[in-house]
Formats: sequence, C-alpha cells, structure tokens
Amino acid sequence: MPTLQEIALKTSGADARIVSGHRMCSGCGIGSLIKTVLAASDKPVIVISATGCLEVVTTIYPFTAWNTPWMHVTFENAASVASGVEAAYKALKRRGRIDGDVNILAVGGDGGTYDIGFQALSGALERGHKFMYLVYDNEGYMNTGNQRSGATPFGASTTTVPAGKVSFGKPQWRKNLVEIVAAHRIPYVGQAAVHNTLDLYKKAQKGFNADGPTVLAVLQPCTTNWSFDSALTMQYSKLAVETNFWPLYEIENGVVHINTKPSNRKPIEEFLKGQTRFRHLFKPGNEHVIVEMQKMIDDEWVRLLKLEESGIQF
Amino acid sequence: MGVKKAITGAQAAAEAMRQINPDVVVAYPITPQTPIVEEFAEYVADGIVDTEMVPVESEHSAMSAAVGAETAGARAMSATSSQGLALMWEVVAVTPGLRLPIVISLVNRALSAPINIHCDHSDVMGVTTVGWIQIFSENAQEVYENLLLAIRVAEDKRVQLPAMVNQDGFITSHAVEPVEIFDDALVRKFVGVRSLDRALLDVEHPKSVGPLVLPDYYFEFKRAQEEAMSKVFEVYREVGTELSAITGKQYPFFETYRTDDAEAVVVVLNSAAGTAKAAVDAARAQGKKVGMLKPILFRPFPYSEVRDALRHVPVLGVLDRSMDFGAYAPVYSEFRNALWELDKRPALQSYIYGLGGRDIMTTEIEAVFEELLSGKLDPEHQRYIGLRG
Repeated sequence: MPTLQEIALKTSGADARIVSGHRMCSGCGIGSLIKTVLAASDKPVIVISATGCLEVVTTIYPFTAWNTPWMHVTFENAASVASGVEAAYKALKRRGRIDGDVNILAVGGDGGTYDIGFQALSGALERGHKFMYLVYDNEGYMNTGNQRSGATPFGASTTTVPAGKVSFGKPQWRKNLVEIVAAHRIPYVGQAAVHNTLDLYKKAQKGFNADGPTVLAVLQPCTTNWSFDSALTMQYSKLAVETNFWPLYEIENGVVHINTKPSNRKPIEEFLKGQTRFRHLFKPGNEHVIVEMQKMIDDEWVRLLKLEESGIQF
Repeated sequence: MGVKKAITGAQAAAEAMRQINPDVVVAYPITPQTPIVEEFAEYVADGIVDTEMVPVESEHSAMSAAVGAETAGARAMSATSSQGLALMWEVVAVTPGLRLPIVISLVNRALSAPINIHCDHSDVMGVTTVGWIQIFSENAQEVYENLLLAIRVAEDKRVQLPAMVNQDGFITSHAVEPVEIFDDALVRKFVGVRSLDRALLDVEHPKSVGPLVLPDYYFEFKRAQEEAMSKVFEVYREVGTELSAITGKQYPFFETYRTDDAEAVVVVLNSAAGTAKAAVDAARAQGKKVGMLKPILFRPFPYSEVRDALRHVPVLGVLDRSMDFGAYAPVYSEFRNALWELDKRPALQSYIYGLGGRDIMTTEIEAVFEELLSGKLDPEHQRYIGLRG
C-alpha cells in the first residue's frame, strides 16, 4: 500500500491519467476521487463515462483532460458500453490482434447509475464482464442544477421535489445501491468517500484486481448544489462518515466488512447544517423529519453491524 | 460458383455473419429477428465462429455494447426489429455521429400501437434521418449478399458510417428459399478485417471519443458526416464491382424491371418487388406496357440516377409499406423530390399497402397498373391497397 505522498505523485504531472485543465467547480471532489481511482490501476485504463459532471467538465472539443483512452456515449449506458469494450478486448486478444492487459472503468454519477443507467448496470454485472463501475454519488442531478434522483436522501430539497408549505422535500429514503449490486453476487463492492484517499485507493485496487465485475460507490459532496463553502468538501465527506450517514464498508466475495466504525457517532444535524438542501429542516415544524432521519440512519447502522457480525455471505 | 442451400432470410443473414465471423456480436431477441441471433448463437456454441457474443438485457444496451466494441476496435454486428429499433433509437443516432461502421440486420416489422409482429416498414422509416446507410433486400439471397457488401461500404475509410440491411419480417425472414452461398475463403478475403487505426484499445495513443461539442464545432461535425454519406455512392459501386467477381451479379442502387418502354411504372421496396414483377409479367401478357423499380440503396438516396431512370416514364405509382402521418409517404416523397428537376415530370400516384403484414397480391398490383394507365390519378392524396372500405 503506497503512502499518501506516493499516491499524490502518481496522480499529478504529465504522466497522470487525467490532467489539469478541466472545468470542475471550485471545491468539487470528483477530480480527487477519479485521480485516486485511476492511480490504483497497475495496468492501462480504458474509461467509459456516462453523461454527467465528469464527462462535461473533462472534455469540450477540441480539448480533453484525459491522458488515457476515454469515451462517452449517452447518459444511461456506461455499463453496456463497457460490456462491448470488454468483449472487443477479449475477441481482439484471442485473435492475436492486440496484446497487453488493460483495466476497464465505467464511471457515472448517481443519476446515471441509480436511475437511468440502472438496467444497463444490472445487466452488465449479471453477465460477468470484467470491469469496474465507479459511481460518484452527489445525491441528485447536480450537473443540471439539483434535481431529485434515487440517491437523493430523505428530507432533501431539490428543484423537482422542493420543500414548501406542505412539503419537507423528498419523502423517500434513497436506494441502497451497494446491497443491490452485491445481490448480483459480484466479487467486490466498496463504499468509499472522497476525503479518505487511502481507503478509496485500497478499494479501487481491490475492484480493479478482482476477477469479475466490481462496483465502487463514492460519496461526492457537491459544493455547488448542496451549496456549502467550497473549502468544506472534504469536511462534509468526513461528517457523512462520522454520522453514519455514509458508512465506509465493503462486500468482498459476499462478506461484509465495515472499514471505519465511529466510536462516538455524531448526530445527523452535524452533517445537515450549512447545506442549503437541508436548511428547511431546521425551521419550526420540521423537527420530526430530522428525528425520523436519525432513526433511519441508526437502524441502518445496526443492521449493517449485524450483517458484518453474522459473517453470512451476501 | 457457390453452394445452394434451402434457408430462410434470417438464416441467410446468419450465414453472412458466419462468413464475416465478426469480433463481437451483440444480441437481444425480438420477433421476427430472433432466428438470426439464435442461428448465430449455435455457430458460437459449436465453435464454427470464434466471435465474442454478448447477449444483452435490452436493445438499448445492444446498440450501446456494439458502439463500445466498435470504438474499442472490433468489428461488431447485431440485428433487431421494430420496437427493438425504437428502443435503441438514441444510440442508433449516436453511432453515425461517432463514425462507427456497425452493420446490423433490420427485419422489418410494424411499430406499435396496436402491437403487431408482422411486416411493414414503419420501423426503418423512423430512422432514415439519422445517418445510417440503408440497404433493402427483396429476398434471402439479397439479404446475404447485401450484408457482405454493407460491411465493406460501411468500413471504407471514405465512409466510416453504420449500415442497416433490411429484409421483410416473416415474408423474407421466415420463408425458405434456395440461397447460393459463396466460397468461405473468397468471402473472407473480400470482407477482410477491420482496421485498428482508430481503436480505443490502442493504449499507447490515448484518444477521447464522444466529447462535449458546443455550437462552435457541432455544425462542422455534422457537415463532415454528410460529406461521408455522399461518398457512399462511389464506394458502393467499387465494392459492388469487387463482390461481382465472386458472385457474378451486379449491385446497382436500384433495380429496374421491364421499364425501358414502360408507360406505367410502380416503385416498391423489399419482398413486394417480387410480387410486383409477377404483376408486371401478367400485365405485359395482356399487352400493357408496364414495369417496376425497386430501390435498394435508400440512404443515401440516388436522386439523379432515379431521375435518369424514370425520365421517359409517363406515369409512376409509388407503393409505401408505411405512412408519414399528415405528410406524403416516405418512399413517395423521395420519388416526388427526385423528379422535380425534370422539365416533363411523370404523373404520380401514392399508394399505401401491407401495413401490419397484410398481404399484397399480384392482382392488386395489376389493378394499380390499370389505374395508372387510366389517368385517374390524384397526386395530392394517397390511396390504400387491400384496405377495408
């Protein structure tokens, strides 16, 4: 396992797989997380991007920030496109037309993964293509200005389900993507957060090295649409873990392992405050929403602990 | 000389794919395309081909995986029909934009609603504007040869565009006919392998494919796509000549049948052209000077060649197996456009026939000839063949 300094060296300079010159928002964590994930591959990486923040900010013809083969087709098909790339790789290698090994990485935001790309992802996992799917989860359609997705948390105000006089925002909890993809019996699923580079790097390495399809879900606090000070991205990511809102865990060959167990979990208000999407929850009359959210988080955590303790294969 | 086999149109498509032995075949089943991918899957299962087959979970993913495979550097093929094409439409439109020469079989079937599994051309006529080469086939033999031709035209450096080879659902796809299959080695030499020039898997030369392109460049991309489409005519002719060396046949943009001295001509796509030829023969036997024109290359559309072929014809009836609701029917529109430049234009009549798989009979086409020759025409309004009052 390399040190932070060694990872930093691998992610910078002219040889890095993604280079400076992209147009990410100031304070966006996507740059850090994609660099960390790409650095974890010991083979050349072919990247397939779904439509979304990463695709939009890293290319604008005639410029590209990619120093590794990269392609984008549409919003919902990164996993299907990756299936085709992997099939081509196998066929061309078998026929002796190419040599050398590659890793294939499909990347999407939560909209392109939990929602519109969900079927393509499920199909590709079921077929067992050897690739890693990375979702950078900013909990909604942030590229288009904060619309609700299947990953948007309970109680969040979005432009399509805004908080109002008779609404406290999203009334449903988000999908549990990690468990859903684990139910495909794939060899590796990791849940990581952008602030914990070493944990993210290790999980990306496991994902690349596993024999079969793997998924890496990374929380990506959106400074623009969660609207907090752009210096605080890593702080919010850390709080998401410390409140158990986004536990760091992995499911390796079906076995659950929690990577970090906060000794004294912080109340969810610590994570909520300062984010515009949750501002309404602190107004009189909405106290019950935070109470309910806290209960859901605690119940989920207890359930996750039990899953780990049981040792039962997922 | 080839070997004659008694096979269906679907099997003829699978035979072409067996000889092409693509790097990747992506498949999702839909009636009446299914026997193509089933037959090909058997070739894979028996080791007759060493193609990587990807049995995806939808047509949207089928075209997406084909796009991924072709971008990576492979030669990828697929097949679909109707609703399947409609579901993959988004990626169908992306494919020529990325300049990927994917070749697919389209087994023409009516679009829902109401749901119907039988033949008409409403599926293909919904995608003729997005930039695929469109080739039509009268019978199983043409399906087989058109697929071989399409691979080479699509992949030519001057073109680099995808192609659809159309055949009529059930009428061609499920009917057994004698089909001459040419020598494997000769065909394989003819189709060759796809160049890895622009392969994404060439990791030494990283490329970014499918970037965001805004108003400052998008227009130029689309103009370049149109330039490539305009090159299809010359490439089609050249490749056709090469294929002729194996098959002994000609590969024109369209076929004319007894049109030289014809006083009335019908235009019709795909399998109904066979019916029309029989109707022409029957009418000729009664002394009526009639003929038929069958479009083969429909995109790009050979306007000037069509105009030249029809300049002497007094009356033209165009038979469409789909409608463009509220507008002239798709094939009729093209012929009306093509003839505009003539000083003396033929009289025209538009006919709709065979929607949802309704049969068309030789007697009905003979009645069309009688109507065309009678001069009782209404070029502003389409007429319907074989429709309940």
